[in-house]
Amino acid sequence: MSTLVREHYNFAYLDEHTKRMIRRALLKGVAIPGYQVPFASREMPMPYGWGTGGVQVSAACMVPDDRVKVIDQGADDTTNAISIRKFFERTAGVALTERTAEATLIQTRHRIPEHPLSEGQILVYQVPIPEPLRFLEPRETETRKMHALSEYGLMHVKLYEDISQHGEIATSYAYPAEVNGRHVFDPSPIPKFDNPKLDNAPALQLFGAGREQRIYAVPPYTRVRSLDFEDYPFVAARAEHQCALCGALHTYLDEVIIDDEGGRMFVCSDTDYCNERQQANQETGNDAG
Amino acid sequence: MSGPLSAPNPTTQPTASSEALSGGFADASIDSAYAFRTLLDVMARPGLIGRLAAAKAPAPASVSMATALLTLCDSTTPLFLAASHATPALKDWIAFHLGAPLTNNPAEAVFAAGSWDSLGEVGRFALGSDDYPDRSTTLLIETEHLMNEGLRLTGPGIATSTALSLPQHWLPALQANHRLYPQGVDFFFCFGEAIAALPRSTLVEAG
Ligand SMILES: [Zn+2]
Repeated sequence: MSTLVREHYNFAYLDEHTKRMIRRALLKGVAIPGYQVPFASREMPMPYGWGTGGVQVSAACMVPDDRVKVIDQGADDTTNAISIRKFFERTAGVALTERTAEATLIQTRHRIPEHPLSEGQILVYQVPIPEPLRFLEPRETETRKMHALSEYGLMHVKLYEDISQHGEIATSYAYPAEVNGRHVFDPSPIPKFDNPKLDNAPALQLFGAGREQRIYAVPPYTRVRSLDFEDYPFVAARAEHQCALCGALHTYLDEVIIDDEGGRMFVCSDTDYCNERQQANQETGNDAG
Repeated sequence: MSGPLSAPNPTTQPTASSEALSGGFADASIDSAYAFRTLLDVMARPGLIGRLAAAKAPAPASVSMATALLTLCDSTTPLFLAASHATPALKDWIAFHLGAPLTNNPAEAVFAAGSWDSLGEVGRFALGSDDYPDRSTTLLIETEHLMNEGLRLTGPGIATSTALSLPQHWLPALQANHRLYPQGVDFFFCFGEAIAALPRSTLVEAG
């Protein structure tokens, strides 16, 4: 770490008092998987909506020899991802990487990487709205009571209304799941395609909501069951296409416009994973198409 | 930089011994970062034995307990010090390095530290409420040794099952705490530089 870094910032920007407060909340979050722990979110040198909750959680967990990856909807190179990555490089002196497999700490907005995570890794989610019941019940006192009493009937009613209207559960992002057989939680606006990766994962998953001042966690090897019904089981949907760049049939795809005539193609949303596959295809001489 | 901002100025503590003034982090923000990562790791993987050696407090506090206290406690976290650890030297060290207010009321303690016997019934401590199960005491307990044998642990953070060398006669209290889930206390167990955790979510059974 350069002396420049230490002269101008406390390690990872936050003062020690704030980090202790966040760290205590994190430990309680880990002890009660899926339960939203209140914390006193701090002003960060970036606007809300830019992942201030995730940044605070990452900063509280970070050590100088971390290798940090930041993704925004699967991509390492958006303005948001780059600015957060630079923030950690400048304030914590950590190494940066775009490779999922090489990262020790990954901060993410709205995706879980395709490359399976491993035991040594921490995945930090940026969360805009942590309360899965918020759209059904706006009052915090009421939702807190519902969690206390495991009263999740309203959530099932909402999903069932989906079925009666659309013939299937139309919720495709921020799909609610039950953690450790007890708390229903919002996994942040990841596509429901990613929900199965939450379950029994070897990595530690931490969630930070800055504006809403909540921290929650899913420890490794924890049961995360996406809500569903016997006659309408949960399905991890993806677009029924092939990635135009790497040929993947198993990844989550983004539809992108490629020309002024409205031409479109489907490509992996996880850019690192797609690049890795394209390189492997080149080495083995496989054609992507 | 050393010690939390809230620590009293040493010049106003004429009775503080040199032992009370030493043993803090050499580099607060770096040492606490590594120490917290270990604490997070062991809480996320019950039974995992980590190593904490960045701080040293007067006896009988172990090195891992001293490091954990210094990492987590400050003026906002009432600390219950069991009789086993309520020595003048350790109290001075806590006052200087942590600035944590000592409380005699276990139910208002955010942290509690000491030996198992001296800490007493788990139910005396804050167990959290229906609405806020997180508002519960975290207990730091000295153990005679710490190895992956003995009581059987299963639950979140554990792939299949693991074992931790806690005394058999603690079992009923640990099981009663787990039955309160999602309420209940959480434990750190300390031995020398070793530390392990047992969150309320862990099912503990005879080994
Ligand atoms: Zn691809």
